[in-house]
Amino acid sequence: MSTQDFMHQLPDATHAFRRPVGWFERIHLDFWLLSGLLLLIGGGLFVLYSAAGESIHEVQRQGVRFAFALIVMFIIAQLDPRMLQRWSPVFYLGGAALLIGVLLIGVGAKGAQRWLAIPGLFRFQPSEVMKLAMPMMVAWYLAHRPLPPGWKHLLVSAVILTLPVLMIAKQPDLGTSLLVAAAGLFVVLLAGLSWKLIGGFVALGIAALPALWYVMRDYQRQRVLTFLNPESDPLGAGWNIIQSKTAIGSGGIYGKGWLEGTQSQLEFLPERHTDFIIAVLAEELGLVGVCAILLLYLLIVGRGLFIALSAPSTYGRLVAGSITLTFFVYVFVNIGMVSGLLPVVGVPLPLVSFGGTSSVTLLAGFGILMSIHTHRTLVHK
Amino acid sequence: MSEKRTFKNLELEYRLFRERVFVAFAFVVLLMLVLIGRMLYLQVYQYDIYTTRSDKNRMHVRAMPPTRGLIFDREGRILAENLPSYNLTFVREQAKDIPAVIDTLASVLELDEERTEEIRKQAYSRRRPFQAALLLSQLDEKQIASISVNRYRLPGVSIEAQLIRHYPYGPLTAHVLGYASRISEKDLEKVDRSQYSGTHYIGKSGIERQYEKELHGEVGVQTVETNARGRVLSILSEELPKQGQSLKLHLDAELQKVATQALGGFRGALVAIDPKTGGILAMVSTPSFDPNLFVSGIDTDTYRYLITSDDLPMFNRTIRGKYPPASTIKAFMGLAGLEHGVVNPTSSIYDPGWYQLPNDDRLYRNWKRVGHGRVNLKKAIVVSNDTYFYDLAYNLGIDRIHPFMSQFGFGSNTALDIPQASSGLMPSRDWKKVHRKLPWFPGETLSVGIGQGYWLSTPLQMATSMVLLANRGKWVQPRIVESVDNTPIYKTSDSLPKDIKVSDDSYWDQVINAMVAVVHSKEGTARKISNGIRYTMAGKTGTAQVKGIKQNEKYDASKLAERHRDHALFVGFAPLENPQIALAVVVENAGSGSGVAAPIARMILDAYLTPERLAQGKEQQETTP
Repeated sequence: MSTQDFMHQLPDATHAFRRPVGWFERIHLDFWLLSGLLLLIGGGLFVLYSAAGESIHEVQRQGVRFAFALIVMFIIAQLDPRMLQRWSPVFYLGGAALLIGVLLIGVGAKGAQRWLAIPGLFRFQPSEVMKLAMPMMVAWYLAHRPLPPGWKHLLVSAVILTLPVLMIAKQPDLGTSLLVAAAGLFVVLLAGLSWKLIGGFVALGIAALPALWYVMRDYQRQRVLTFLNPESDPLGAGWNIIQSKTAIGSGGIYGKGWLEGTQSQLEFLPERHTDFIIAVLAEELGLVGVCAILLLYLLIVGRGLFIALSAPSTYGRLVAGSITLTFFVYVFVNIGMVSGLLPVVGVPLPLVSFGGTSSVTLLAGFGILMSIHTHRTLVHK
Repeated sequence: MSEKRTFKNLELEYRLFRERVFVAFAFVVLLMLVLIGRMLYLQVYQYDIYTTRSDKNRMHVRAMPPTRGLIFDREGRILAENLPSYNLTFVREQAKDIPAVIDTLASVLELDEERTEEIRKQAYSRRRPFQAALLLSQLDEKQIASISVNRYRLPGVSIEAQLIRHYPYGPLTAHVLGYASRISEKDLEKVDRSQYSGTHYIGKSGIERQYEKELHGEVGVQTVETNARGRVLSILSEELPKQGQSLKLHLDAELQKVATQALGGFRGALVAIDPKTGGILAMVSTPSFDPNLFVSGIDTDTYRYLITSDDLPMFNRTIRGKYPPASTIKAFMGLAGLEHGVVNPTSSIYDPGWYQLPNDDRLYRNWKRVGHGRVNLKKAIVVSNDTYFYDLAYNLGIDRIHPFMSQFGFGSNTALDIPQASSGLMPSRDWKKVHRKLPWFPGETLSVGIGQGYWLSTPLQMATSMVLLANRGKWVQPRIVESVDNTPIYKTSDSLPKDIKVSDDSYWDQVINAMVAVVHSKEGTARKISNGIRYTMAGKTGTAQVKGIKQNEKYDASKLAERHRDHALFVGFAPLENPQIALAVVVENAGSGSGVAAPIARMILDAYLTPERLAQGKEQQETTP
């Protein structure tokens, strides 16, 4: 089986020539991607310092997390993509088992059950594992099949996709389930799902929106209502979004200056160092700052897609493309919700928002990208 | 689709993938542009809206209410001050379990169901986050202590201080000072609203109302920066309030106390004035009330008692009580007689105990039924003979009495800073035509001649008339306030009446000497009060009929209902040589002026005319001839 797979991945016109290999690539890092990520992380820490009320302590904590996440990224980058491919089903099944565990014995707060805890040691969020396991699994499945995928393969992909998403949605964790679903869907889309089918699904999805209303929990409905009209409850549910829009709008083109944002520093802006951190940036550094960070994101996404394009194997292409596009979903959903374009969903601004788990997952994903990109040459040896 | 094992077409798959990536990238760029567009919209197009909103969030304009001015008496004793009062406030966001906090509060303060419900409502009232709600005001010391001890169980609950008005002398000064209490919507219509933002109290009556503008001061404005919790972080700009000005009164709080004690349980009024300045030294109306009750919100039972009691504790008798001046005006009638040549020092009449008008068989009786025999002006005043003044009044006629008496302030309010004082009533032919639609009858002139009939005057007017007598016609207007923030207030005003001139200055001496004899001679009606007196005083008793006595009927106090008994009056001034105090006493339904009112007057004079004051007065008299 595996020799056949290997055969399938043979000669690729694009990569048929030998390239000079720099030392950076020898240690399996991608210069452009790493530069983009470090710039983003570094800039993010500056914004965090302001958002966390000039607390160097918070910045240090976040710095340590990033250091850890970067090490994880580095280690993953060393792994051979074929090995990742072989282990994909194991990740996926393991992740699914953990999700079942969360539903049975999970812990959490505010009515959501999202964590698995080993008492006294640590606790973690299995849904984070699924963010990577999902695209890997779908890509693993489709990489063997003729593309564009046929009906049967689509159906199997749909099953692979749906079960974990539903389990995460049930925790409930709308934001993560959305991101996991997106990761799986991107694989299918990149694998060449026909435009007709895409159009059909989109139409179906829009038609199903009202039905979604009945599945949603009360707090989720409230969020949608608030999104539609924040002024209906300015002191309650609408407070967050009104304050974040005020922060963004009052920043103007050049911003009020670093550490000078009144909305942020005077605590009018809620969740300012986590989900709403872009509002701090927009208030203090203005439109210029927002454009700068968006440009960085575009750079990272562009590099990610380039890596996907240059990947020698179908599996690598699909995984790299999906991880990159999912990363962009984070960006769009987060900024969209903070600026009032989308309802409030718990999605952090990737690599800027305060918080550990998502940074590790994200950088682990970029580790996979680097692994895919830097192991190409070995294929030709 | 064919499910036969087909080899993958790698070339095709790669092209397909590349196409998808390009489409995806195009989407990414498009969505990036959407985000930038959104930011442009918020940060450029709607910049002004959100800047305003952001400023409104953080900047708050706070009124800085001025501190109400203090009120002092002539000796610098404090009559009205501002004391801290404590309110209970609650910030919902600081409490994790709101119902538990309210329950704890209810048990700590031992509140009943009703109060607890009120507090609950307040606690849940809609506010911006971190804004404090007022749960209770005016906590007493016990409540403050209970809350302080249980503070750890009451997250979000705090005690805030505020100044409220307090009157240390309570009922003693209630009628003069009036009181300040919670400002109402109606009060706000009468004042500049902006001046009262942040102020909780306004003068409702008395001096507190009359000098509201001075006492209140001017509001200050502070622009502060607050955080979302409402905590003030910095002051952006401020204009300090102009504190209320302090008032110094002519009033003597100790004299006020003596006068209240002297009036005892009677309903009555006393006004004492310094004849040199017109400054009111004492102004007592009994019974009185505790003005502090009104400041802190009076309970309904007490309030109902105060407004429905027959004793009218809320009624300021000194300026609103209208009494027949009775015999207290006899000196002025005598003066009028001398001025108009109707009588002279040597002329006399024979008093058989009654007087009769020509062509009228009605008998106008002297208070002493058997008469005083031959009576001249001096004796008429000393023994308070009625018959002499019937004759004098008849000969003068109402048309000469009215203008003469009006000069002394009868029938008008001459006070400088007491606009709510009554004018009383100095009857005239015109007045009767307008108000009673009847002609003037000669018999009515006789009643006016002894200060009865239509003639009504307030204790303040009676005291003022004594000031004029002491000053021999020189006017000073009665006034309560001496200075505002140490600046003496205007000595005169446009309303200052013209000084009273008589054709011969000896006329003054004649009537004043007669009044001295009222006290200091063996015949005088007030001779009993001259016992052991340290100074020479002029005085006149009066006994005002409340109920008309029929012809041939004899007045018998014991037979009359208490409310129908005569009012006792006394007016006078002292010392004779250098008058320092003029006063009027009215005691309702107390009997005779000589028996009740005169001794009260003596007590006040004794209290005020200390040996030091007498010595000082003498010194002044010698230096200013």
